[in-house]
Amino acid sequence: MATYLEFIQQNEERDGVRFSWNVWPSSRLEATRMVVPLACLLTPLKERLDLPPVQYEPVLCSRPTCKAVLSPLCQVDYRAKLWACNFCFQRNQFPPAYAGISEVNQPAELMPQFSTIEYIVQRGPQTPLIFLYVVDTCLEEEDLQALKESLQMSLSLLPADALVGLITFGRMVQVHELSCEGISKSYVFRGTKDLTAKQIQDMLGLSRPAVPIQQGRPLQTPEQPVISSRFLQPVHKIDMNLTDLLGELQRDPWPVTQGKRPLRSTGVALSIAVGLLEGTFPNTGARIMLFTGGPPTQGPGMVVGDELKTPIRSWHDIEKDNARFMKKATKHYETLANRTAANGHCIDIYACALDQTGLLEMKCCANLTGGHMVMGDSFNTSLFKQTFQRVFNKGFNGEFRMAFGASLDVKELGIGGTSQWKICSLDPSTTLAIYFEVVNQHNAPIPQGGRGAVQFVTQYQHSSTQKRIRVTTIARNWADAQSQLQHIEAAFDQEAAAVLMARLGVYRAESEEGPDVLRWLDRQLIRLCQKFGQYNKDDPNSFRLSESFSLYPQFMFHLRRSPFLQVFNNSPDESSYYRHHFARQDLTQSLIMIQPILYAYSFHGPPEPVLLDSSSILPDRILLMDTFFQIVIYLGETIAQWQKAGYQDMPEYENFKHLLQAPLDDAQEILQTRFPMPRYIHTEHGGSQARFLLSKVNPSQTHNNLYAWGQESGAPILTDDVSLQVFMDHLKKLAVSSAS
Amino acid sequence: PLTSPLKLHYPHPQNSNHKLLSTIQVIEDDRSNRGSEPFVTGVRGQVPPLVTTNFLVKDQGNASPRYIRCTSYNIPCTSDMAKQSQVPLAAVIKPLATLPPEETLPYLVDHGESGPVRCNRCKAYMCPFMQFIEGGRRFQCCFCSCVTEVPPHYFQHLDHTGKRVDFYDRPELSLGSYEFLATVDYCKNNKFPSPPAFIFMIDVSYNAVKSGLVRLICEELKSLLDYLPREGNMEESAIRVGFVTYNKVLHFYNVKSSLAQPQMMVVSDVADMFVPLLDGFLVNVNESRTVIASLLDQIPEMFADTRETETVFAPVIQAGLEALKAAECSGKLFIFHTSLPIAEAPGKLKNRDDKKLINTDKEKTLFQPQTSFYNNLAKDCVAQGCCVDLFLFPNQYLDVATLGVVTYQTGGSIYKYAYFQVRTDQDRFLNDLRRDVQKEVGFDAVMRVRTSTGIRATDFFGAFYMSNTTDVEMAGLDCDKTITVEFKHDDKLSEDSGALLQCALLYTSCAGQRRLRIHNLSLNCCTQLADLYRNCETDTLINYLAKYAYRGVLNSPVKTVRDALINQCAQILACYRKNCASPSSAGQLILPECMKLLPVYLNCVLKSDVLQPGPEVTTDDRAYIRQLVTSMDVAETNVFFYPRLLPLVTDVDSDSLPAAIRNSEERLSKGDIYLLENGLNIFVWVGVNVQQGLIQNLFGVSSFSQISSDLSTLPVLENPFSKKVRSIVDMLQVQRSRYMKLIIVKQEDKLEMLFKHFLVEDKSLSGGASYVDFLCHMHKEIRQLLS
Repeated sequence: MATYLEFIQQNEERDGVRFSWNVWPSSRLEATRMVVPLACLLTPLKERLDLPPVQYEPVLCSRPTCKAVLSPLCQVDYRAKLWACNFCFQRNQFPPAYAGISEVNQPAELMPQFSTIEYIVQRGPQTPLIFLYVVDTCLEEEDLQALKESLQMSLSLLPADALVGLITFGRMVQVHELSCEGISKSYVFRGTKDLTAKQIQDMLGLSRPAVPIQQGRPLQTPEQPVISSRFLQPVHKIDMNLTDLLGELQRDPWPVTQGKRPLRSTGVALSIAVGLLEGTFPNTGARIMLFTGGPPTQGPGMVVGDELKTPIRSWHDIEKDNARFMKKATKHYETLANRTAANGHCIDIYACALDQTGLLEMKCCANLTGGHMVMGDSFNTSLFKQTFQRVFNKGFNGEFRMAFGASLDVKELGIGGTSQWKICSLDPSTTLAIYFEVVNQHNAPIPQGGRGAVQFVTQYQHSSTQKRIRVTTIARNWADAQSQLQHIEAAFDQEAAAVLMARLGVYRAESEEGPDVLRWLDRQLIRLCQKFGQYNKDDPNSFRLSESFSLYPQFMFHLRRSPFLQVFNNSPDESSYYRHHFARQDLTQSLIMIQPILYAYSFHGPPEPVLLDSSSILPDRILLMDTFFQIVIYLGETIAQWQKAGYQDMPEYENFKHLLQAPLDDAQEILQTRFPMPRYIHTEHGGSQARFLLSKVNPSQTHNNLYAWGQESGAPILTDDVSLQVFMDHLKKLAVSSAS
Repeated sequence: PLTSPLKLHYPHPQNSNHKLLSTIQVIEDDRSNRGSEPFVTGVRGQVPPLVTTNFLVKDQGNASPRYIRCTSYNIPCTSDMAKQSQVPLAAVIKPLATLPPEETLPYLVDHGESGPVRCNRCKAYMCPFMQFIEGGRRFQCCFCSCVTEVPPHYFQHLDHTGKRVDFYDRPELSLGSYEFLATVDYCKNNKFPSPPAFIFMIDVSYNAVKSGLVRLICEELKSLLDYLPREGNMEESAIRVGFVTYNKVLHFYNVKSSLAQPQMMVVSDVADMFVPLLDGFLVNVNESRTVIASLLDQIPEMFADTRETETVFAPVIQAGLEALKAAECSGKLFIFHTSLPIAEAPGKLKNRDDKKLINTDKEKTLFQPQTSFYNNLAKDCVAQGCCVDLFLFPNQYLDVATLGVVTYQTGGSIYKYAYFQVRTDQDRFLNDLRRDVQKEVGFDAVMRVRTSTGIRATDFFGAFYMSNTTDVEMAGLDCDKTITVEFKHDDKLSEDSGALLQCALLYTSCAGQRRLRIHNLSLNCCTQLADLYRNCETDTLINYLAKYAYRGVLNSPVKTVRDALINQCAQILACYRKNCASPSSAGQLILPECMKLLPVYLNCVLKSDVLQPGPEVTTDDRAYIRQLVTSMDVAETNVFFYPRLLPLVTDVDSDSLPAAIRNSEERLSKGDIYLLENGLNIFVWVGVNVQQGLIQNLFGVSSFSQISSDLSTLPVLENPFSKKVRSIVDMLQVQRSRYMKLIIVKQEDKLEMLFKHFLVEDKSLSGGASYVDFLCHMHKEIRQLLS
């Protein structure tokens, strides 16, 4: 076997799994002593173009409590046509279809290269995908126009048989009937009244009327049209109709007096959307797509009153317990999110406004259902337009890169905890963090050389409406932490560990106060350094970390400064937005979020990655920073001056023109592919937008130490934040201290 | 000729009632005596001609009898006298009455920014009876005697008789009726009102659709919307229109002119009604013409296959009310409704009809609403000026007593078409609808009756709401609505100054103009009872008594009401006999000249459907009639209680109506055809021995047996007899505020029972007394009182 790095990469590519530890400590006690928990990042639907799904049902272990799927790890007795479950050791007969198997005639699921395999199963009727647009009409004219166009465009991206529905809201909520010719019909609800699912269904006429019992007459059972057909219609049938309807959408007509916010009934609109799908299509793939241009201002789920003089809650208000509506609103959206999740539907939130829109309160709608959350300044921006378009991106087979109603089963050996989750919507990059607990007692460790196995079973509705099951089975060695610590140490995946710890930190931050989380992270880092560092007691200079740990402290440094844990300078909505994406992106993207990438472009050589450090900001450089959410292009002082002087337009300075162009091209490449599309910032030395860069780099030079350092390169940052250097010094000191 | 009391011998049952006092004679006498010359209103206390007489009115300072009629034009000076006589003092007021084209409409007076000139104390409006003093600088109020400064802009010198020199230039100084332009002070929230709106709210449940009603309404509205009421000289009506359909949910329609197609908005939250759209609901007919036409085309199609049988009702009114609130205007809802609202919603009703309650103490509950919900709703409607007109098409009991509450209290009208069928009922319904939509109407009205010191308005009857004891509030008031006001003494009156009434009606016109209509009337006062009895008006008296009795059934058993009515009339007549008539034998029944028809008319009231129902009369019919009568004017009550019976086989050449005959079967000849009308129905009675030629001419069939009693109109045949009869029918239809239902009755056919019910001088099947019997009974009562 090659290096662990290669092993990790191969595993990620094949199975979409990255473990914090690739060799597992063999008892519960040892596992807790490792500081970083035994956990993995799993990308259940990782795109595998080289993996054609098989067209049959998986073979399951016959023990009712186990039901693990046959995998390459199972012992097979080809002569007796038996296989032993590697989780519960139950011996199972192969089904009749497998009669012909032998060592040379193996089904795919037994071949080692198919540790991940996907089955297409034929179960139940196939239901089309459902898209329910929930559209805010309290928008500025041009915003609404842009949104209408985006929505009209999206119709052409939907599969022809997908069902689509439209709810609009402002002061009132309108559920549009799509089937009618001539007069357009809609059901209107007050925006202030919370209705139960039953009431909503009754009012929409969705409840099936009791069959009247008529004596002496045969019951009439003509082909009744699908009851839902009025509100959710196949795209191909009502394409024109809905395009016209969207085209005719008007801004909310109720007058908004000066000093007031428009009355926006987001809470009721969502509640009706959830109720509508709940009553018509429970447990099939459906997306509720909420487009809102401002905070909910009335009814259940209101986040702020309609008086403009009372601003929407800030972190300050929340700390002071001054956010009047927050708890009630959050509860409303949580209830909705839970109902949606129970139905296997998902909610996307597309919030475009300059001010906050209540994402903090509504975040659970997307978070608990696997929906998207997109935040922008206006619907009339390419950020929204392109991001929205990307929702409907198609894979190479012309299928949507989205899946619905997934459930994930995890079978493990020697590990405990919850083992079943429901994820209502997944895309190929959705990445889950799964934390394991080693349940072996210390006094009964797993024998040396044993292997632990984990099987991930993901059942989902593919965008082609097929039901599919993807099974990933992996195994890792157990090791005794006392005698074989170096094995475990070497098998540490510091990138995965950083992301997994960060997710834990964010989870805590959502439920706890910020400083406590930072203290907890610091303590964990110190403990880890104490455990795995090499040092002499009380001698900070002697402190060394092995290669597999060397980057970890730096990740933690940037994590501490990241918007996931720091709320300063971010609105509650922004924090919710950042955290939402952090909790679902894959490892690479997550690392970018923790520690943004900085590239330098100069005449001194080809573009190169440089340290995320203030010392990298040089006058003759162009910097490109990718924080995942923002792409910042920063022209150094000299470069900016050259550009102003117009050298790029002179034929003799064509190379300067190319230099200017290079980062733009690279940025475009990122912008083209990322979801959600990042905010694109082009700035220069001294520009106000340069703050995006300055707040991210390690403040190695600040106004406090600039002269002491006496260097002329780099840009001082006006901050009291500690630099990485100071951080590391403290860390070493604490790690080696015998007092702690 | 009016002064000699009438003496009668005790009428023996065996006496033929040919000799009884004939209503026809009285009516004909009045016609010939008073019909030729105009009635000039300059003189105080003049008794006008009977309502059955055609006459012109010249306003010379008192309101025309078309606006106000009184039970007596000479009223006792003291309360004791009034009590002794038991003659009710009441005025029947029809503030927006339609005038014949020969008479001039009330002039509109504008007193400028400061508004109409009024008495400082009692706030009476400037009128012909105000006394200008001090050379015209002040005026003394004719009602309360308070002296008020004449505002400078209104000052005018007086001539040698003390009259202002501009007396004839100013309607408010020389006429009994006129209008003032109201200032913003007279408007709600101190804002001039917006033009009113009409909202058409159509039941589209199964019954309504299946009977063809929905299609009929939509078709009719297409043309009818061009005839909305408008102010005299305006090019188009200022009234905006809106449309709602409903079954157990409500459908609002956006008919904004900019739309290519109307939009339907369904509100199913009937528990908490609201209007789902702001602009586009109430629109100008001309601007939104194509969208409205498209809507009216599509409504019948959209609901053609409906299976919804349940309806709501209160939420429909609430929706209309909310729409008017949102548009900040007053208006009228035209609700077309078919069934008892049993769907789950506020104001949901249950079927509580129970004929067993008749003649028990609980009978009154049949006239009362089953829930107070509608009373509260009515209050809200009145506050907004939301008048509700109700067109009912029941196939069974739908509780008119409850559904009608809002209509009744908002000054609206109820129309009822039981077992509606397009073929037979469409003419009647469409004519009613057309008239109802087109007729003159005022909104958000408040009426106040001021009187000179000594008497006071104490009681009011009609379709309105009162939140205090003096102001009659009506969300809408049309030209047919009548309010009966009763007066009582609170002090002495003097023969010199007489008694004055001033009825002031503040309302919003159909163009949204706020106005005051003022009617003034001066009456004489007397210290002698004989003067009172000489100046009474029996038709008006009956109007008052009927309304009084019809209200009584809400609270007392019907029998008590009937007895009280008989007793009061006996007292009136006994008082006359005791105090005014010359001594004569007790066996003689002596009636005052003006009241000689009181017994026969009273008998008609007593045997009417409300007070003595026959087995075929439904609870809804009774509630319906009770409400109708309460808003009737004197002419309507007259013909309603004593129907007009006309022989049709007469001199064909004559242009005028044939002379009426008395309502008794004895008067009918087997060889003749008769027409009977009571304001609601027209019966054409055909005797079994009518000549075949007449039958051929009138019905187009060759024999009596071939006449179909199914006809709802007379066939149009080109012969003088057919033309004559149809023109009589048309003439009668024009006179009435509702289109009468035409019923063909063949002698000895089963429908004849129904017809005989209207022969009011005969004994009725439900136990009502014949004229003779009742007269005997009255005489007995009077004798008892006198002994």
